[in-house]
Amino acid sequence: MSEVEIKRENLVYDKPRLITDDVMHYCPGCSHGTVHKLVAEVIDEMGLEKSTIAVSPVGCSVFAYKYVDVDWVEAAHGRACAVATAIKRLNPDRLVFTYQGDGDLAAIGTGETIHAAARGENIATIFINNAIYGMTGGQMSPTTLLGMKTATTPYGRDAGLNGFPYKIAEMLVHLDGATYITRQSVHTPANVRKCKKAIRKAFENSLAGNGYSMVEVVSTCSSGWKMSPVEANKWLEENMLPYYPLGDIKVSELPR
Amino acid sequence: MADKEIKLMKGNEVIAHAAVRCGCDGYFGYPITPQSEVMETLMELKPWETTGMVVLQAESELASINMVYGGAATGKRVMTSSSSPGISLMSEGMSYLAACELPCLIVNCQRGGPGLGTIQPSQGDYFQACKGGAHGDFHLIVLAPASVQEMHDFVELGFELAFKYRNPAMILADGAIGQMMEKVVLSPQKPRRTDAEIEAECGPWAACGKGNRRERNICTSLELQSEKMEKINQRLQTKYATIEAAEARWEEIECDDAEYVIVAFGSSARICSATVEAARKQGIKVGLLRPITLYPFPAQAVAALAGRGVKGFLSVELNAGQMVEDVRLAVAGKAPVEHYGRQGGMMFTPDEALEALKEKLLK
Amino acid sequence: MKETLIIAGFGGQGVLSMGKILAYSGVMQDYEVTWMPSYGPEMRGGTANVTVILSDRRISSPIANDYDSAIILNQQSLDKFESKIRPGGILIYDTNGITHAPTRTDIEVWAIDAAAECARTGRAKMFNTMILGGYLKVRPIVDMDNVMTGLKKSLPERAWSLLPQNEEAIRHGGEIIRRVR
Repeated sequence: MSEVEIKRENLVYDKPRLITDDVMHYCPGCSHGTVHKLVAEVIDEMGLEKSTIAVSPVGCSVFAYKYVDVDWVEAAHGRACAVATAIKRLNPDRLVFTYQGDGDLAAIGTGETIHAAARGENIATIFINNAIYGMTGGQMSPTTLLGMKTATTPYGRDAGLNGFPYKIAEMLVHLDGATYITRQSVHTPANVRKCKKAIRKAFENSLAGNGYSMVEVVSTCSSGWKMSPVEANKWLEENMLPYYPLGDIKVSELPR
Repeated sequence: MADKEIKLMKGNEVIAHAAVRCGCDGYFGYPITPQSEVMETLMELKPWETTGMVVLQAESELASINMVYGGAATGKRVMTSSSSPGISLMSEGMSYLAACELPCLIVNCQRGGPGLGTIQPSQGDYFQACKGGAHGDFHLIVLAPASVQEMHDFVELGFELAFKYRNPAMILADGAIGQMMEKVVLSPQKPRRTDAEIEAECGPWAACGKGNRRERNICTSLELQSEKMEKINQRLQTKYATIEAAEARWEEIECDDAEYVIVAFGSSARICSATVEAARKQGIKVGLLRPITLYPFPAQAVAALAGRGVKGFLSVELNAGQMVEDVRLAVAGKAPVEHYGRQGGMMFTPDEALEALKEKLLK
Repeated sequence: MKETLIIAGFGGQGVLSMGKILAYSGVMQDYEVTWMPSYGPEMRGGTANVTVILSDRRISSPIANDYDSAIILNQQSLDKFESKIRPGGILIYDTNGITHAPTRTDIEVWAIDAAAECARTGRAKMFNTMILGGYLKVRPIVDMDNVMTGLKKSLPERAWSLLPQNEEAIRHGGEIIRRVR
């Protein structure tokens, strides 16, 4: 067997320039790695490497700042949109976005998220919705589906006991300050491409001063869901997407 | 009088004017009595039209302090103000600010607690302000104004110390100082710092976009490796030791020949300065030591007085006895140390403090 | 010169702003001043009082043991503060709502029917400046020029159209105040 020479010009795929060499801590099959890649590519393609300030959450993506090579501020649990609000208002020419999971954004950070959107802050939020608390070991989150088993709903989420899941993206639609709200996924190559376009659109919306943008990414958590990555993608399609349907939910101009 | 800008203002209003004039970049707050005049005054001044300062009414104190965190992380001069219950809500954010070594200014116009308490003046948050007040080993630099003029002056001083040590600073006022009106000389308007100036001063750490720097800046307080986290703690403690050695400030009134010394800060100190006058008229040699910085506490000044034979100390506070612990530590058993105070929004008169001194120390 | 004054009544009677006008007048006269309010959470109808100190020296405590003068606008305040006036001091009260007249004989007692006068002329908003005028007649510690400047400085610009009426009320207060004892 002859050895294949690895040359730059033979490369068919490479890690984006703005993804660092740090070893990612994400589990195999996790959606975070894919979304990080998209964020890094979009920032690079828009030429925003030097003028981006990103805000990371508490949760699995707490270390997002290790992997995307821009300036980062790590926010306290749930407070990313408040942190980003001040950063953007004090540095209006920068791209400012938050990167948050469903525990951080839709539970402890609901207030900050809704109010940043209501004020029409010119920030974007990348919202990873995998319906579970991954980092703390797979507990129920606000977006956990009914019947779904987690560490704190071992017999499945029961509406009477645990309440109903909710769709924060649809809730934000009613706010004048929220102008671009979309739900995407990264479980197939086609969806990855659509998701990347949505992220770019959200960043462009922020830079145009057109108010608040959110890209929800319906995601998998194979470890928390206790499935193989392939099973998790299938489960997402059969269970998550019917409740969290994909597509643009609101595209509008900020009322003037 | 013509060349100086002398105004009659409430302490809270002065905070707003001083913030604009010292070139503050941003204020983020949430209404709470008795400090709401700070944001009301800022909104009336409209500094975004003059200096470009950002003023934002947040949805909660949680949001306010985290906005301060975000702004501070980009090297801007940012501040918030609140009163006791609101400060409690901000405490998590203060721990993060201290951990990330971010400079900022927090004003606490204290009211009586615990709980929802009262809207009247109190000094019940001394422990909270000076002994951490949130999780982890950290300190705020704490300034205690005793006049409306000091409310003005400590805004700039607070920012100066905060940036010098990259540490959050707090003005620990109370409802009395915040609501009281006095004459105040306003400082001339200073420009806000330019992005280039911020880059020059804060470039090594501020996450304001990579700009032309090669390395990116990351503002975080997370470090999962205990060996590294301990090193971070040790660095913080070294900084606090430097602050303790260099920044203690205090005022002594009639202490030179004093046989008894009242230790009091803020509005209590103002009242006790009349107690000293009254005591001296009665032939009792009383002095007043007023800590201006509560952290660092001027322990050396208290210790010096104890060392030269002061017969007794009375810590007078609008609380059940908080600073008295620091006075006792500094006196180190050389003389009796007693506490007198009112709580729940009640104030005392100069004579009541004198009666307490006689009863507790002269009997 | 040092004058320690308490003004006490109901919220909404203009207690705090009367103190502010006097304090600003003191600033105009180059005095040191403190204005220290105490009031309940209600914007209207609760009790309100303010301690105003004017002095030609640095003022130590803004809170006083007792007062050189007291302006009393309701019965509760009279009950509370009559005993806190220094011997030889001054008590001024509006007769409206006072059911038990002051009893001290070691102080000067003055009465003013400002509430009745305002009701008669339909100028309720001039109540506190009329009282202030009465006080300044008894205790002329600030020149009238400085009072007028202090009045202007302590009012928001939108209220400047009412300045002439307020000036008139201050003068009129000086005319109608009368010594009781």
